[in-house]
Amino acid sequence: MKQTILTIQGNDCIAKNVYRMQLAGDTTGILPGQFVNIRVEGQFLRRPISVCNVTKAKGERLRAPQNATSVFGDPAWAKGVLTIIYKVVGVGTEAMSQLPVGTQLDVLTVLGNGYDLSKAGDNPLLVGGGVGVPPMYMLARQLREMGKNVRVILGFNTKDEVFYEEEFRQLGCDVTVTTVDGSHGVKGFVTNALDGKQSYYYTCGPLPMIKALLQAVGTNGEVSMEERMGCGFGACMGCTIQTTQGPKRVCKEGPVFAANELLL
Amino acid sequence: MSDKLQIELSGVKLANPVIPASGTYGFGDEFAELYDINCLGGISFKGTTREARYGNPLPRIAECGNYGMINAVGLQNPGVEHVIAHELPRLKSHYNGCIVANVSGFSVQDYVETCALLDKEPIDILEVNISCPNVHNGGMAFGTSPEAAAEVTAAVKAVTTKPVYMKLSPNVTDIVAIAKACEAAGADGLCLINTVLGMRIDIRRRRPVIANRYGGYSGSGIFPLALRMVNQVARATSLPIIGCGGVSSAEDVIEMMMAGATAVEIGAANLTNPMVAKEIIDRLPALMDELKIDKLTDIIGIVNHE
Repeated sequence: MKQTILTIQGNDCIAKNVYRMQLAGDTTGILPGQFVNIRVEGQFLRRPISVCNVTKAKGERLRAPQNATSVFGDPAWAKGVLTIIYKVVGVGTEAMSQLPVGTQLDVLTVLGNGYDLSKAGDNPLLVGGGVGVPPMYMLARQLREMGKNVRVILGFNTKDEVFYEEEFRQLGCDVTVTTVDGSHGVKGFVTNALDGKQSYYYTCGPLPMIKALLQAVGTNGEVSMEERMGCGFGACMGCTIQTTQGPKRVCKEGPVFAANELLL
Repeated sequence: MSDKLQIELSGVKLANPVIPASGTYGFGDEFAELYDINCLGGISFKGTTREARYGNPLPRIAECGNYGMINAVGLQNPGVEHVIAHELPRLKSHYNGCIVANVSGFSVQDYVETCALLDKEPIDILEVNISCPNVHNGGMAFGTSPEAAAEVTAAVKAVTTKPVYMKLSPNVTDIVAIAKACEAAGADGLCLINTVLGMRIDIRRRRPVIANRYGGYSGSGIFPLALRMVNQVARATSLPIIGCGGVSSAEDVIEMMMAGATAVEIGAANLTNPMVAKEIIDRLPALMDELKIDKLTDIIGIVNHE
């Protein structure tokens, strides 16, 4: 765990109620599948959000925040950019969506375990549902950099909610989008787009999706779990789930679990 | 400077009065990733029971605006034997300060056995939790009647040489009566308050947020209530008090001590700002200078001196 101050570089609506926030500062040590925990003014608890991507800050990508020139005195500004994608679901995420560029946020980073990339095999399958899509992006990028043939299935309710289809394609992934109402891509659920050819899978999404997926493809994969958290770093025991290996904290031993240790 | 902050609990010297409260600090591992936890006055470790417990179903956490949270963890812990074999040695390997062993039980026999096992271990104070609101047939049941509180106190005192501090519940009609019963039964000190029984409802789903329906409310919202109870008990008993409840700043620590606390536990604030205990300790000397306080021991219960 690290505690750091990150500066908002962008905070844009990219789909219905879905925002992408880019945060500049010390992003070192962050792995795909981990999450960050953000302090939002006016809220007691931090907001845990999955990591979508981390990039080195390139000169041309740095835009000067108009009302926060002081960040240039901070060497951390140059270290990296963290991308998170979040859905507005309550007062905390609503407040986050209103934050202007240049706002400095108190963020806990390098939280949770992350995905095990060594198990991917040659043809990994990545399945993301709704706000379970973002953690698949950094994973897909790194798997592509390792030369893997990455197949991605992104599930949404309807076309207004679809995001990052093109971004995954640009990584060179084989992308299928499903929508429940058929308004975009394949009609139905992510399970309607399976071909059974994956060497291993990684998934994140709503519980009904995960249950259906595990029933369809078995347990040769990893699942990122979501639970209501107190601290997000292992102290409060607020998010402990039962597994075949005993009680485990989603925030600390998770959020990524081997599919065969879950009791769903 | 060290003398300025030093306090003593039943013969145990603490470098400063700041102690992370049980259940908000685990066994210190997560916080040690961020700072040297040897700066702490003490650590009250995660509530420990005779047997391992998973605790309550999820969700266990509900937010309460900007002022606090409700938890219904339900004493998840690996059991006292595991704590003695693993967690305690690990804590001792990198931490030299005061260790407050927080124990809970579901029968008098549970408390007795757990405390007897810990009596042989390198812990400094036994903090006997008779106030957990999140378990049935135990916990708070012992803390809501003076007779039951006295029974647990006397039974634990009989099996240990460690100082015994009873952790009291605010969910009672008269906390002074419970405190006096513990004092009469031989308690060496008191810790108060535990969380306040509370509830939140998800108005869209029309059901309680917490799976266990009710949970313990903590955070800055309960500070005035905790302060009042610490003051009432300080005026009615002569036992040292560890003040607890909503403390989140150095100012709160001073206020708690002025009310009558000898040491102060920091609870929910650790969960939202993992650096808070260290920040408070670092801030205390300057605040004391500002308030013209030479030694913290000078201000304990100062509002009670007529």
